[in-house]
Amino acid sequence: MRSATADPAAIRWGLPLLALVLATIIFALPLAAVFAEALRRGWGVALAAIAEPDTLAAIQLTLLVAAISVPVNTVGGIAAAWAVAKHDFPGKRLLVTWIELPFSVSPVISGLVFVLLFGAQGYFGPWLRERDIQIIFALPGLVLATVFVTFPFVARTLMPLMQEQGRSEEEAAATLGASGWQTFRRVTLPNVKWALLAGVLLCNARAMGEFGAVSVVSGHIRGQTNTMPLHVEILYNEYMFAGAFAVAALLALLGVVTLGAKAVLERASERRLGGAA
Amino acid sequence: MTVEVQGLVRRFGAMAALDGVSLALEPGEFAAVLGPSGSGKTTLLRVLAGLDFPDEGRVLLAGQDVAAVPARERGVGVVFQHYALFRHMTVFENVAFGLRVRPRRHRPAEAEIQRRVTALLELVQLPELAARFPDQLSGGQRQRVALARALAIEPRLLLLDEPFGALDALVRKEVRRWVRGLHDRLGLTSVLVTHDQEEAMEMADRVAVMDRGRVVQFATASELLAEPETPFVAGFLGEAGRLVGEVRAGLLLVEDVGFTGSVPLPDGPAEVIVRPGDVRVLAPADFGDLSPIAIGKVRSLRPVCDGAWRVVVAMGDRVIEGMAAGSPLPRGADCVLEVTRLVVFGANASGRAIWTANDPGHRSLGAGHQGFFAVD
Repeated sequence: MRSATADPAAIRWGLPLLALVLATIIFALPLAAVFAEALRRGWGVALAAIAEPDTLAAIQLTLLVAAISVPVNTVGGIAAAWAVAKHDFPGKRLLVTWIELPFSVSPVISGLVFVLLFGAQGYFGPWLRERDIQIIFALPGLVLATVFVTFPFVARTLMPLMQEQGRSEEEAAATLGASGWQTFRRVTLPNVKWALLAGVLLCNARAMGEFGAVSVVSGHIRGQTNTMPLHVEILYNEYMFAGAFAVAALLALLGVVTLGAKAVLERASERRLGGAA
Repeated sequence: MTVEVQGLVRRFGAMAALDGVSLALEPGEFAAVLGPSGSGKTTLLRVLAGLDFPDEGRVLLAGQDVAAVPARERGVGVVFQHYALFRHMTVFENVAFGLRVRPRRHRPAEAEIQRRVTALLELVQLPELAARFPDQLSGGQRQRVALARALAIEPRLLLLDEPFGALDALVRKEVRRWVRGLHDRLGLTSVLVTHDQEEAMEMADRVAVMDRGRVVQFATASELLAEPETPFVAGFLGEAGRLVGEVRAGLLLVEDVGFTGSVPLPDGPAEVIVRPGDVRVLAPADFGDLSPIAIGKVRSLRPVCDGAWRVVVAMGDRVIEGMAAGSPLPRGADCVLEVTRLVVFGANASGRAIWTANDPGHRSLGAGHQGFFAVD
C-alpha cells in the first residue's frame, strides 16, 4: 500500500542515488586523490616533505593564527548572538546584516581592505610606521584577515538557536536573584553549548584553510608569513608535488577530523535531546 | 506583604499596555487579575516582578517603592506561563538555582541547599523526580517544579502567569485547589494572572478585572457578578445576555422583550444585562405573578440538573437564556419570561442601576406585550 506522501520508486531511489554519485564525484574523489597523491611515493617521502623547516614553520603559523582567531571569534560570536537574540536595540537588523558581510564579500577583497587600511601606503600606514608597528605582511595582518573572514561562523550558528529559545529562562533566572553574568554562565551558555562547539569547529576549519584574504596580507615570506594553504600553492607552483600534496593532505586531514568531531557532537546532543517526550 | 500599585502607566509605542492602574492587596491575600488578551494583565505582572518598568506610577512592596528595582533584587517568586524551567538542569538543580546564585555570604551551605531542595520537592510531591530533566516531565509535574523553584527563594509575594493553561482540564482543577492550599499554608501573598474567569473566581479572594490597560473593578467574585461596575465587567464575568433599552423619565423600556421598569437613571439609551439565572421561563398558562414579563418562543432547551432546564428563548430578533423548572416546554412553544433581576447601565457611563422584581419601589411599574400587565 502506498501512503499519501510516497513518491514513485524512481524518485524514492533515484534522487538519493544521484545525490550519492554527485557527492562522490565532487567531495570524496578529490579528497581521496589528495591522499593518494601525497602517499604515492610512500610514507617516508611524505613525512620528509612535511619535516622541511619551511613547511613546519607554515604549520606552526597556521596553528598560531587559528589559536588566536578562533577564541576571538568565539567570544565575539557569542557576544553578537547574545546581543541580537536576547535584547532589543536600535540598529539590530543592521548588525545582523553586518555579521554576514564576510560571507558575502570575496575574501580577496577583505584582504585588500586591510592592506588599504594598514599597508605602507594605507590610511594608517604612516602612523604605524612611525611607531614601528608591522601589521600587513606579518602575524597581526594574518590574524585580522582570518578573524574577519571567519567571524560569522560562531555568531550565525548560535543566533537562530538563541532566538528560538527566547528570553523566558533568562527572565526566570533574574526573578530567582541571578546577576547578568550568572544568568549568562549558568543558563544562556549551557543551553547553546553543542551549537557553540559546532560553530567553533567550523570556524577553526575555515581559519586553518583560509586562502584568499590571507594570501593578500601575507607577503608569502617563507618560514615567516606563509600559512599552510599558501605553502601548498608555493610548493605546487615550484613543481614540488610530493611536498605540496603532503601538506595538502595534512590540511585536508585537519578539516576531516574537524567535521568528524562536529558530527559526533551533533549525535551526542541529539541523544541528549532524544530523551525528550 | 502588602502590595500596592498606584497610577501605573506602561506604553509600548503609541499603545498603553497599562493606562493608570491602581490596586492594593492585603497581606496574605490571593488576588486574580482577569482580562481578555491584550488587556495588560501580563504587563502588570511583569511590572510587579521587576521584569518590566512603568513609565509612570509607583509599585509599593511592603510599603517600599520598588518601581526602579530590577527583578533580581525584588525577591518576588514568579511561575511563568510556560514554566521556563532551565532545560539543561535536573529538577533538583532547577529548584536549587535560586539558592546557588546568592552572593557567597548569603548562600546556604551545600548540605543546607540539599535539605531545602528536598523539602521543597516533598512539598510539591515530586521527591522521586529530582534527577529528571524538564523534558522528561509531564505538564503538571513541570508546573509543580516551577512552583518549587519560585518558592525556593522564600518569596513573600508569589506571581502566577496563566500557570494552569497548559494542563488538561482534570489536572487543572486539582492543581488549582492544591496551589490555593499552599498559598494559605505558607502565608503568601499571591497574584494570579488569567483569562479564565472560573479559575479566577475559584482561587482568588478578590478579582481585578482589566480592560484595555485599566483595572475596571477589583472586588470579590460574588460582588463582580451581582454588582458589576461597567458593562464590560457585566459581560465578561458570568453568563450574560445583553439587551438594548431606553430610559425615559425614570422608566426603562426594553423594546425587544417588551419590558418596562423604573430605574433611577437619566434619559437616554441604556445597556441591559440579564443573567440566565434571573430569568424564569414559564408556560403562559402558569403565569400568575405580578412581575414584569414578556413573551417569546422556545428555541432549544437542555437539562441542567434534576427537574431544571436551561432554555433558549427567541424574542423577535433577540435570543435570551433562562431557566425553567418542572416538565419541559416543547420546542417552538409560546412562553413567558419572568425577569427577577436586571443590571442597567445608563448612556455615556452616566450610572448603573440594579432592578429587582422584589424591590417594592420598583414593583409599582411594569408592563408587557400581549396584555400581560403587571400593575399594582
